[in-house]
Amino acid sequence: MSKAWEIVIGIETHVQLSTQAKIFSGSSTTFGAEPNLQADAVDIALPGVLPVLNKGAVECAIRFGLAVGGEIAARSVFARKNYFYPDLPKGYQISQYELPVVSGGRLVIQCGDQEKGIRLTRAHLEEDAGKSLHEQSGHSFVGRSGIDLNRAGTPLLEIVSEPDLSSSAEAVAYARALHALVRWIGICDGNMQEGSFRCDANVSVRPLGEALLGTRREIKNLNSFRFLQQAIDYEVQWQIGTLEDGGRIEQATVLFDPASGETRSMRSKEDAHDYRYFPDPDLLPLVIDATWIGEVAARLPMLPAARRERLIADYGLSSYDARVLSASLELANYYEAAVAEAGRPNAKTCANWVMGELAARLNKEDREIGDCPLLPEQLGGLIARIGDETLSTNIARQVFDALWSGDAHSADELIERRGLRQISDSGALEQLIDELLAANPTMVAEFRAGKEKALHALVGQAMKASRGKANPQRVKELLRAKLD
Amino acid sequence: MIERSLHEMAQALAHKEISSVELTGLYLERIARHNPLLNAFITVDAERSLAQARQADERLARGAQSALTGIPIAHKDIFCARDWRTTCGSKMLGNFVSPYDASVIERFQAAGAVLLGKTNMDEFAMGSSNETSFYGPVRNPWDSTCVPGGSSGGSAAAVAARLSPAATGTDTGGSIRQPAALCGLSGMKPTYGVISRYGMIAFASSLDQAGPLARSAADCALLLNTMAGFDERDSTSLDRPPEDYTRELPSDGGTQPLRGIRIGLPEEFFAGGCDQEVMQLVEQAIAEYRKLGAETVALSLPNMRLSVAAYYVIAPAEASSNLARFDGVRYGYRAPEYDDLNEMYSRTRAQGFGAEVKRRILIGTYVLSHGYYDAYYRQAQRIRRLIAQDFAAAFRQCDVIVGPTSPSTAFKLGEKAADPVQMYLSDIYTIAVNLAGLPGLSIPCGFARGLPAGLQLIGNYFREARLLNVAHRYQQVTHWHQARPDAFA
Repeated sequence: MSKAWEIVIGIETHVQLSTQAKIFSGSSTTFGAEPNLQADAVDIALPGVLPVLNKGAVECAIRFGLAVGGEIAARSVFARKNYFYPDLPKGYQISQYELPVVSGGRLVIQCGDQEKGIRLTRAHLEEDAGKSLHEQSGHSFVGRSGIDLNRAGTPLLEIVSEPDLSSSAEAVAYARALHALVRWIGICDGNMQEGSFRCDANVSVRPLGEALLGTRREIKNLNSFRFLQQAIDYEVQWQIGTLEDGGRIEQATVLFDPASGETRSMRSKEDAHDYRYFPDPDLLPLVIDATWIGEVAARLPMLPAARRERLIADYGLSSYDARVLSASLELANYYEAAVAEAGRPNAKTCANWVMGELAARLNKEDREIGDCPLLPEQLGGLIARIGDETLSTNIARQVFDALWSGDAHSADELIERRGLRQISDSGALEQLIDELLAANPTMVAEFRAGKEKALHALVGQAMKASRGKANPQRVKELLRAKLD
Repeated sequence: MIERSLHEMAQALAHKEISSVELTGLYLERIARHNPLLNAFITVDAERSLAQARQADERLARGAQSALTGIPIAHKDIFCARDWRTTCGSKMLGNFVSPYDASVIERFQAAGAVLLGKTNMDEFAMGSSNETSFYGPVRNPWDSTCVPGGSSGGSAAAVAARLSPAATGTDTGGSIRQPAALCGLSGMKPTYGVISRYGMIAFASSLDQAGPLARSAADCALLLNTMAGFDERDSTSLDRPPEDYTRELPSDGGTQPLRGIRIGLPEEFFAGGCDQEVMQLVEQAIAEYRKLGAETVALSLPNMRLSVAAYYVIAPAEASSNLARFDGVRYGYRAPEYDDLNEMYSRTRAQGFGAEVKRRILIGTYVLSHGYYDAYYRQAQRIRRLIAQDFAAAFRQCDVIVGPTSPSTAFKLGEKAADPVQMYLSDIYTIAVNLAGLPGLSIPCGFARGLPAGLQLIGNYFREARLLNVAHRYQQVTHWHQARPDAFA
């Protein structure tokens, strides 16, 4: 590479809002229904029908505005974006243009050990289009195109960032942080396979130190973090390569092909639509007063950053642990519920278990914390018994397995049923150790000769003899006392 | 019977003097006889109408009727009516049978009125002569070589020729008031938002408003009682307590019942440009109002001269977007032959829309285009606000504004068809009212060369009842509204 390049990325995200009904009609938004069964007269744009705004979608926008510290417009305006496409029944999309519902705001992303604040330009409400199904097998329209209007009119919040991102890793970190936030505040289910969270990346490069922005190309419709990374990496290399070869970048909209890992131009600036935006005369300006904002704010959960601070302050967690445990509202709630059962002194042990054993098991079974078979109270109960030395860590793992698979309702129940109580009592342990020392003179000699390893072997023997119930720490202490 | 007021007809029905089936049959016969000449109806379905009449008779027999139960009403073919073909005057919707009722239709159905048929209109309500209809021009009952006005020309001709006791229309720039004037009827456009637009096929959403076309102001009041009311399906519908629009009609005010009413006379309405004979009739009507006790106030609406220009930016802009849904994909006309999607779109719309609709879509698309929006659309919206301010200032000085409805009486078929600008200027006195969203009413005020002339009354927001009262007082002392074209006795 002959010179250094700076990468400039801005991201537009379409977040599907988890309202029951569509944004301008009463139809359901449930995913996966038979084509066109969730499209009413308004969705198919019969002559004479009119849109009526779903207040629930507005509340989602207010939640988001509050969560990112943006300005929630007292008066915003719905506008028509005019273009022809078969899955756009009215011939225009109702969106917001000059006056969006949310302006500004900021999202903090984590890239490695670095935090970076990304400025948001705006967030506006709009309706989704339907879907065109081209020659899909299994449908009766093989050889033709079908239109499914179930998705038409689904509420979207389009969130636009400033071009503050300077690598594909930052872009992914931004998308992840945004994804976590919209789920945290309950406005989006975050299901990327179903298209609930889709990113467009505006990418340009410029020589390091250059003040002017390079010409950008927009990569459309990236519906996984991996594709986002791959598409940007490819696009950046392509743009740098083109410029270094003496070429020019033309402003364009491009698509990413996951199969080839390449981006290809869909339309150039010359073919760009003139959307002829104008205020939708069928809808009054959207007026949001302080009372409404106050009501929404009162229902908003504590935000991730504040929750992290609380985890650190109240439970003495490291900032790393706090960040991991506040990855989602469900996880943070799970953790705190477990601590409530286990007791504050066991907070760190709880963190270790949630981030270790529990996370590994969820991962292995491809489950979310939301459908974890183990209740936080069960895990907390288990950890309480570790804390009071009733269970050794090894036995605790067995109890964990039993609770996970539903063999027992609580750790206490299982401890009683299987007699798993750890032996910490000096009297009982001393007898065990005396027998052990008598039976293993060689190991005793080795230890006395300075082999620290022999002590571990003796502890192992004690554990074996007690079928795991001996408190290993106590055994070790007693052994040293006897042998020194 | 056909000369009776709606109230009198309702009484005749209640007293079993006539049944709804008989009354409906009477009008269906008249339609069969006269519609071939007038072409006022696009769709008539005698079976369906008579079935409704039978239901109305049952309701009357139970004594459960409301003010319009059993009375046949014709509806402009812009209102979607379930199971009725609803064409909006266009080839594009020639095969469209609506699966749902417009709010206005629902309200008439609930009242027990009989849907007598769907009336002809300018295509998508774009026109002032009813000559842009795909289903052929409508003829004026007063002179069949003349136009009835538009776009609610079919409704106006039907009522004037006594093919229907009353009818609905819509008014975007004068489309109720101008045909009312040209056909010798009373027609009202209420305040924007008083009547739900749900199910009324949109031309220019911020201007469109439904209203009644009838033989008298009193009939209009009765119709408005049924048509008006909040509808949550229309976001621009106004959530106000229901009103009785007839409430100011019967009060007896003595010999000078309009004492204390100030009638505003904007100089712009009287500054020339209007047919001399029509203007004389308007002056005579004003003199009549003075006799009724009203005082007159000279005033000015300085920005009204810009109204036609602003209207022909805003209305086409909205129309270009509203009509985008007619794309051949889901319903309506689709071109029979095409090779790809774009060709399907362009041929469908080229073949499905008429010349005037295309002209306005092109104008609208142009004024909204990148780089032109500020110069045209935004500027027109500014003018719109200025016009509304002019009216607000005027209504601080007067209660009702009076002037001509149309600059001329009915013109000949074909006379202005080739000159869109001349056609557009025939709405010069009515358009400002739509831009401001105010209620306006046209009533007949005499005849010029044998053709009716209209007097326009404009009220402040929500003053429909007063406007109807002022019109009614005039109709109590004049007989113009009772005149009937000879050929339709």
